[in-house]
Amino acid sequence: MNTAVIADTMNKDFVLAVEGLTVSFDGFKAVNDLSFYVDENEIRVIIGPNGAGKTTVLDLICGRTRATTGSIRFKERELTKMKEHEIVRAGVGRKFQNPSIYEDLTVFENLEISYPKGRSVPGALTFRRDRAVKERVQEVAETIFLADQLDQRAEYLSHGQKQWLEIGMLLIQDPELLMLDEPVAGMSVSERKKTAELLNTIIKNRSVIVIEHDMKFVEDIAHKVTVLHQGKILSEGSMAKVQADPKVIEVYLGH
Amino acid sequence: MLKSDRTFFLRPQDMIGIAILAILLVVVLPLTLDNFRLQFVGKYLTYAFVALGLVLCWGYAGILSLGQGVFFGLGGYCMAMFLKLESSSVEATKIQTTPGIPDFMDWNQITALPLMWQPFNSLTLTIIAVILVPALFAFIVGFAMFKRRVGGVYFAIITQALAAIMTILIIGQQGYTGGINGITDLRTLNGWDIRTDSAKTILYFVCVALLIACILIAYFVKSSKLGRILVAMRDKEDRVRFSGYDVANFKVFVFCLAASLSAIGGAMFTLQVGFMSPSFVGIVPSIEMVIYAAVGGRLSILGAIYGTLLVNWAKTSFSESFPELWLFGLGGLFIAVVLIFPNGLAGLWQTYIAPRLGPLFGGASARRASPPAATPPAAPSSGTAAPAAAE
Repeated sequence: MNTAVIADTMNKDFVLAVEGLTVSFDGFKAVNDLSFYVDENEIRVIIGPNGAGKTTVLDLICGRTRATTGSIRFKERELTKMKEHEIVRAGVGRKFQNPSIYEDLTVFENLEISYPKGRSVPGALTFRRDRAVKERVQEVAETIFLADQLDQRAEYLSHGQKQWLEIGMLLIQDPELLMLDEPVAGMSVSERKKTAELLNTIIKNRSVIVIEHDMKFVEDIAHKVTVLHQGKILSEGSMAKVQADPKVIEVYLGH
Repeated sequence: MLKSDRTFFLRPQDMIGIAILAILLVVVLPLTLDNFRLQFVGKYLTYAFVALGLVLCWGYAGILSLGQGVFFGLGGYCMAMFLKLESSSVEATKIQTTPGIPDFMDWNQITALPLMWQPFNSLTLTIIAVILVPALFAFIVGFAMFKRRVGGVYFAIITQALAAIMTILIIGQQGYTGGINGITDLRTLNGWDIRTDSAKTILYFVCVALLIACILIAYFVKSSKLGRILVAMRDKEDRVRFSGYDVANFKVFVFCLAASLSAIGGAMFTLQVGFMSPSFVGIVPSIEMVIYAAVGGRLSILGAIYGTLLVNWAKTSFSESFPELWLFGLGGLFIAVVLIFPNGLAGLWQTYIAPRLGPLFGGASARRASPPAATPPAAPSSGTAAPAAAE
């Protein structure tokens, strides 16, 4: 079976191919010889108990943490050797677990900073807020339900709105691979529903990796689920298959 | 449409603020102060350039530098070297062993003008050096540190160490720098005697004009997308990095800009005061300069100018009557700013006074985008005008 998987992977153009990825912090292997592949337009959900290494995997892909060994290829480019901003410019967007927005700036300005233009020092000095920028910001603001709050300072938004704003900041970058770390954590039921709706609109034409604990939410959106445990893949496949896997049941319920 | 939607980089309330400051410095103070006091204000204003740089670097970008005196000094020394060479003509120095070189070099058995002094025979090169030498130095320091992600308190400590190193270097290399005495006995600028009262008055106005120009540059940077990126970086550096920006480059830029602004102040200091010495380079002046910005309001471009004027005015009047108490006063002031009004005078102005003057200042009180920066003129200005009444 293993050889079949490898043969299979050789023939396909994956958006993201993670192979033999290992990172150790002072001898502790947070991620251990991890391999997985993400298809074009696929929604992959990573689940696993606390400390399984889920966030570390995202950190490794976006360059925040450097891999000890292994490779991460994104559209045939090796990400492990690139700097964070180069990875972003290559088309990888990352949402953090806690809403990471600029509280002192308005919603408009938050989105504008993420607009993929004028990213160098001279570019930022001469950046003009032209029609294209305004229209794009307006469009994204409507998608994330914040069109009426464009002039609001971001610190006055609710927790859920802050999460949406950060998703919007990623959206405006138009990444080919979008990584979301617990996008519905701490949200009310109605916000959660709206977020699922939002994710379903924004995943078109891109691949998405989501870390999430909320199983109902995972079931709603996942194409494929990867279960991590102690830095290794415990199980992978459809939601139904993963849920029926005795190893997964043991890890989740055995604790 | 959007409130944040503006085409010109100055908002109406900024223009009013700058106009009030300009009137104060160009009309009110020269008419009310005697020459001697006006020269003091001119000297204070040279520190305001440093405070201005600190607003951008510390207030907006969150990079606290405790070594801005280094850049003030570099600018000042560049100018002093030019003036010194001009006053060290062969006839003026014919009693020396080697005529035509600065006196302190002769005293230190140096027999030819060192290579690093050569460019300062030219005024054009000197003016370029005033702006570029500190920027280059800031670039090297900033590049080395920000690319390695050294920041926060570590950066502050390293800049403070730089201030100490620079002082030691200047004092140690007496033959090249004039040592602890600094570079003194400066007389003319391209043949124009800078020691007369009328020259000092002219230099005062040049200084004011340059300061206003630098204020405009600061406003331009602040209102550009780069200014907003600085604020964003201060708040969530990682988010900026993962939005595709090379964060270190922006920090290096703002650090270099602050260095150049400080250096212009330093050069104007040399011209107005007539000498430059290591006592303006070290740790103590560097920290004092941070206090100027803090008292005025580190988020406020104009506030920092008023802060500089006020603290210096207080320093002068205090140390005239109670010299030994001044440092305690300064320390107390700093503690008060940190504990009671963290956004300085500008913050007080904004919270208590601006809302009452709302309509007058084009809605400055209305909630606006970027940081609590919309700035305050009149409150502190009445304070600065006070010495006039007191004299």
